Amino acid sequence: MSVPSATRPLRYVEPSAVVGVLAHEWTLFKRFWPSTTFSSVVEPTIYLLAFGFGFGSLISVVGGYRYVDFVGTGVVATAVLFTAAFSGMFQTFIRRTYQHTYDAMLAAPVDSHELVLGEALWIAARAGAYGCAPLLVSVAFGLRPGPAVALVPVIGFVTGLGFALAGIWMSAVVPSIDSFNYVISGIVTPLFLVAGTFFPIDGLPGWARVAAQVNPLFHCVELVRHAVPGLRPGADLGHLAVLALFAGLMWVVAVRKMRQRLVD
Amino acid sequence: MFSGVLELAITIRGVAKHYGDIKAVDGLDLDVPTGTCLGLLGPNGAGKSTTMRMLTAQSIADRGEITVLGHPIPAESKQARIQMGVVPQLDNLDIELTARQNLSVFARLYQIPRARRRAAVDRALERSQLTDRSDTKTEKLSGGMRRRLLIARGLVHEPRLLLLDEPTVGLDPQVRQELWALIDGLRSAGTTILMSTHYIEEAERLADDVAVMSHGKLIAHGPPAALLDAHAGRNAAEFYGPPPRLVEVETLAKGAGFATRRTGPSVSVLRAEDIPDSLADALGDGTLRPANLEDVFVMLTGQEVA
Repeated sequence: MSVPSATRPLRYVEPSAVVGVLAHEWTLFKRFWPSTTFSSVVEPTIYLLAFGFGFGSLISVVGGYRYVDFVGTGVVATAVLFTAAFSGMFQTFIRRTYQHTYDAMLAAPVDSHELVLGEALWIAARAGAYGCAPLLVSVAFGLRPGPAVALVPVIGFVTGLGFALAGIWMSAVVPSIDSFNYVISGIVTPLFLVAGTFFPIDGLPGWARVAAQVNPLFHCVELVRHAVPGLRPGADLGHLAVLALFAGLMWVVAVRKMRQRLVD
Repeated sequence: MFSGVLELAITIRGVAKHYGDIKAVDGLDLDVPTGTCLGLLGPNGAGKSTTMRMLTAQSIADRGEITVLGHPIPAESKQARIQMGVVPQLDNLDIELTARQNLSVFARLYQIPRARRRAAVDRALERSQLTDRSDTKTEKLSGGMRRRLLIARGLVHEPRLLLLDEPTVGLDPQVRQELWALIDGLRSAGTTILMSTHYIEEAERLADDVAVMSHGKLIAHGPPAALLDAHAGRNAAEFYGPPPRLVEVETLAKGAGFATRRTGPSVSVLRAEDIPDSLADALGDGTLRPANLEDVFVMLTGQEVA
């Protein structure tokens, strides 16, 4: 059989390797999409309904939004975070340690950074798609977004990329699957609460407002919340830059740690 | 490809690899000529699996040089990997996917063009006799079928080189025979095979050459017949009896310059073909059997292999 790719110099990222990783995910997704989709969509929707109508009966307007719309836009980020971080952590950990899927893939012409890229792109794509679910629910309850709402899946994708890579990084750091409890309670939960999702960060103490500024999820919340009425280009480019920077940093650490774990 | 003139599919020169204080591979030199089957023999912990992982750059050697299909490893590992198939010791199939889906995923990972992918998967299914189970979830397949699927996955892209890590470990004898037939077929078709095993019989049946590893080093290398000739002779005489009788046999044989080894409840005296009549009378009734690679291995290392 002729193998032309064996004779030419290879690129740092070979598209065929990443496509192969994505094809693997797609094949699995076709089998598991109902359960995967259910957990990623239903949980944020429950938050939306509980807070939106629970608090919504006490508070009518927050930051210029109806409270139900405020939460509906904020919970998009929650859906993105949960989908991306949990998939990055658990799925990657299980494939690496229990199923040894990655060992099989690295014996094929796939390198560890291409594997990480493929997995992160796939998780980010799902995060971007699932992030739209709370918005659809909000629309059913009267949210009337402008055209910029079409950018929400893109915002979800960029945010999801960072959190997927962060999850993949964590999956290579933790010694056992039980250790994710520390990550979830100590990192994920504070991130999702101090992001302006359920209440505006303006009302928080000064230190918490600063903390929110370095929370990538806060920038996702802001972007989504702006996209609904219409973007504010100046501020939103800044938010986007923070998300891109976060994804870039997580890429570096995730690739390095995964390589250490996969190649000895 | 035009590298059909490549004489050595694998070259390993002075390769060492340690994990902490453990020297897994300790100065290994080994060649695998194109079109041959090399059996890598040794007990658990001899360095066989580490050697295999270094060939795919999943383990990086501390020192030494490796080439696979003419490509230096790890620098051009990916170019080598696209032309080689790997069958791991550990089953890492996607158990939730069907046999066909497992193969299709790897047909793509091995970059088989779309137009040829389906035919490649069909051929791999046929070769591993799984055509009628192609739509069965992998977790529902028997152990033997899963191992065949694992081999089929390593063959889906018709590799020039196949790495088999303990291909029949843990399988029952009948399934093992089936796999041997499959591997023998590949060898006859000209695929270069490097197969690690700790089953002596497997190496004897399938390998053109055998390399014996112990504690990360190569301690013998050659065709099975030559190794037998050099280290164990043609026949071994086995003597059974109570422990004092076994000791007596050992003393007599060693006194006459013959090597012995304990084989379970018996003592084997090697090079039985050279035993003079006087010694044969003194030793009494024994059973002749052909010498095997296990005799070679024990002679070389003083260790039982399996």
